[in-house]
Amino acid sequence: MEKFDKLTGIAAPLDLINVDTDMIIPKQFLKTIKRSGLGVNLFDEMRYDDDRNEIPDFVLNKPQYRDAQIIVAGDNFGCGSSREHAPWAIKDFGISCVIAPSFADIFYNNCFKNGILPIALPQEQINVLMKDAQKGSNARMEIDLEAQTITTSDGEVFTFDVDAFKKHCLMNGLDDIGLTMEKAASIDTFEAAAAQSRPWV
Amino acid sequence: MSPKTLYDKIWDAHVAHEAEDGTCLLYIDRHLVHEVTSPQAFEGLRMAGRKVHAPDKTIAVPDHNVPTTLDRANAATMTEDSRIQVEALDKNAKDFGIHYYPVSDVRQGIVHIVGPEQGWTLPGMTVVCGDSHTATHGAFGSLAHGIGTSEVEHVLATQTLIQRKGKNMKVEITGKLAPGVTAKDITLSVIGKTGTAGGTGYVIEYCGEAIRDLSMEGRMTVCNMAIEGGARAGLIAPDEKTFAYVMGRPHAPKGAQWEAAMNWWKTLYSDDDAHWDKVVTIKGEDIAPVVTWGTSPEDVLPITANVPAADSFTGGKVDAAKRSLEYMGLTAGMPLSDIKIDTVFIGSCTNGRIEDLRAAAAILKGKKIKDGMRAMVVPGSGLVRAQAEEEGLADIFIEAGFEWRMAGCSMCLAMNPDQLAPGERCAATSNRNFEGRQGRGGRTHLMSPAMAAAAAVTGHLTDVRDLM
Ligand code: SF4
Repeated sequence: MEKFDKLTGIAAPLDLINVDTDMIIPKQFLKTIKRSGLGVNLFDEMRYDDDRNEIPDFVLNKPQYRDAQIIVAGDNFGCGSSREHAPWAIKDFGISCVIAPSFADIFYNNCFKNGILPIALPQEQINVLMKDAQKGSNARMEIDLEAQTITTSDGEVFTFDVDAFKKHCLMNGLDDIGLTMEKAASIDTFEAAAAQSRPWV
Repeated sequence: MSPKTLYDKIWDAHVAHEAEDGTCLLYIDRHLVHEVTSPQAFEGLRMAGRKVHAPDKTIAVPDHNVPTTLDRANAATMTEDSRIQVEALDKNAKDFGIHYYPVSDVRQGIVHIVGPEQGWTLPGMTVVCGDSHTATHGAFGSLAHGIGTSEVEHVLATQTLIQRKGKNMKVEITGKLAPGVTAKDITLSVIGKTGTAGGTGYVIEYCGEAIRDLSMEGRMTVCNMAIEGGARAGLIAPDEKTFAYVMGRPHAPKGAQWEAAMNWWKTLYSDDDAHWDKVVTIKGEDIAPVVTWGTSPEDVLPITANVPAADSFTGGKVDAAKRSLEYMGLTAGMPLSDIKIDTVFIGSCTNGRIEDLRAAAAILKGKKIKDGMRAMVVPGSGLVRAQAEEEGLADIFIEAGFEWRMAGCSMCLAMNPDQLAPGERCAATSNRNFEGRQGRGGRTHLMSPAMAAAAAVTGHLTDVRDLM
């Protein structure tokens, strides 16, 4: 997995609450058996009209946000289905950080497995970041995972929380499965005990 | 010993490893797999030269994009990309030696209906699936999480999930339900009250007299939508109804093992003085038959209400409601029961079980659907379908003018050809009314099977109590 430590980039403002996974990547794109290539269909139904022309009003279609690497959004981002295609599409588009007041659990988890940092902050701070993002491509936000800070284009600094283990994995690009397999002995011991206590499983 | 909730008890029984920071490896008893969220996980295993750790605890069934038309045995009815996914699952099931119910098997159906039906889901288990509606299995008092594809791969390889413990939330539904009010009305009303993020970070336990009174089918409907309330899992303590449902199922324990299992299962309840981080109480009598008006499952109102005005909300919800009303083509103030319907969809893992079909058929018996209406019933599994035919329900649906389909997810998410056209308005028994969920531009109103049947008869959203 790709490492994440620092990121300085353009933030796209997506001032909507309950951005759901069907919006992020509609189901017609779930038929792939690969992880890559979903970026062109990120936010597909908001991004293109029926004739597949870009809808100019949509934030990621605006020239100043085409190279966005950060999204600032409203409450409950990523709600809906468990589809990991949502973070795959976000990452494939080039976005590595999503900032919102809150996230749906499964989406939040899925981000970390794909080198994306989701940051939850209080609404007042989101309001400041949303304004900053609205300034367009001149405004670059800086995310420092090590220090757990976001710096706006005006130099205002916010700190954020992140689970220590998730941070460690993200910063080092660690693969969960490899880490878990180092604990194979614990799993074997658990299985042997469970075979005695709950043999019907 | 300090008092525990049901969630605490199941959690504690499944921690295989706990790191100093509280990150746990949770052992997984059952892993359910479907064709859409698993191909990349199996591909990952192959690339790393890994095996499935516990193939006998892993069960696969294609459901999301299989056609539900009667001629589906003919592979040509599937689009190329859907066929590739189903064939990938066929191959992966075979290569990795996991249990499999192919499309040709009468036991095939929606993964969350097949699991309980076959006795794979049992009380006190940990159950995962690469699908957010895995919460359904919580109805058995099992801890059931939806997971992403990376986690699917992790569980395949290690039979564990990396987790931190969630918080405990109690949702109590007291007293009795009024006639015409069902499990779907309970679960939608809870979301209407707590919002789609109200359960985020929590595991919900549903309890109270109205929950106890529900059948297992009804309890599955309630737990199914825990995720729409933001909770990754919802559960209900097992009781005599649970045990009666489980007993004799193909993969349920038998003989001495049944006795041993029962001894443990009977300890699976929340202790009286257990700690709850959040409690929500709703009076059963206060719940009405409800429908959704917007594009979020929290947009719930009694059928007797009017379409709300966007500015009756606060915060970000004002803009969200504006957007919803525009998308749904509704004007504030109009009675919900005036909303005309083009299509009715009865099915999904929320309401595709036998009891749901009985409830809808009870309304439709001897009636016809409104002229020009498109209506379909998609049973949740081949066995539900067979039972409904045996009980004569299929005839009632067909005589009323419904299409009688084969089992699958179908128009719940419209990955197969069953889709809404732009602007088409659907009364659906499924669980999500997001923009485009049932087809681009499609408009979805969520409700119970009885309410959907009532709408099919009258052609507009209808208070089912008027037809009872
Ligand atoms: S019926 Fe709908 S919600 Fe249930 S598993 Fe299938 S697509 Fe998902």
